[in-house]
Amino acid sequence: MAVPKKKTSKSRKNMRRAHDFLTPASVSTCPQCKAAKLPHRACPTCGTYKGKEVIKIEEV
Amino acid sequence: MRHNKSGRRLGRTTSHRVAMFRNMVTSFFNHERITTTDAKAKELRSIADKMITLGKRGDLHAMRLAASYIREKSVVTKLFTTIAPRYTARPGGYTRIVKLGLRPGDNAQLAMIELVEEEFTPKVKKAAPKVKASAAAKAPKKEAAPAVEVIEEVKTKIADPAVACEASAD
Ligand SMILES: [Zn+2]
Repeated sequence: MAVPKKKTSKSRKNMRRAHDFLTPASVSTCPQCKAAKLPHRACPTCGTYKGKEVIKIEEV
Repeated sequence: MRHNKSGRRLGRTTSHRVAMFRNMVTSFFNHERITTTDAKAKELRSIADKMITLGKRGDLHAMRLAASYIREKSVVTKLFTTIAPRYTARPGGYTRIVKLGLRPGDNAQLAMIELVEEEFTPKVKKAAPKVKASAAAKAPKKEAAPAVEVIEEVKTKIADPAVACEASAD
């Protein structure tokens, strides 16, 4: 069985993990209610998209 | 090569997929607005457009073709009598898809697909970009009287599409 010859150092380990990061989600603001929302999607807070369209009827 | 590879399979066999879209297009014309996943909505768009094209044809053969796909007779009647006549002026693109975000549970992209409602206004074709470029080039050179020239060019720009529109209308 193939076995590592040397212990992976902290430096090697961290270098390997240098690219293991999450990218933040791109966020746009709703022109209607100014809440943060995903771009090109209807606003989950007020249910509008491009101002006029009410997609989800909010019943809170 | 991607020859003959159009469309999405959506993780289903062909018969499953066809059955699903027959159900979906029936529901879509019944309710005129449905919420589904983004991928299914994008596939449904093309099917719904083809059905409306059949509705605009309006003859008996078209009605039989539509009835062979749509599951409910009442929906076929609705398509031919109320939905298709709305779009006599519109050359395709009868649906609108709005993305709604992620579904809790499986994180699927949801979308709302609906029939477009508003009046169709044909887009006026823009004049050739060469004219614009020449106008932009001329403007900085002649500082004394460039305004008149620009206005004249604008007039010709407006006149051309109008003539084209009339020709196409005839
Ligand atoms: Zn909003």
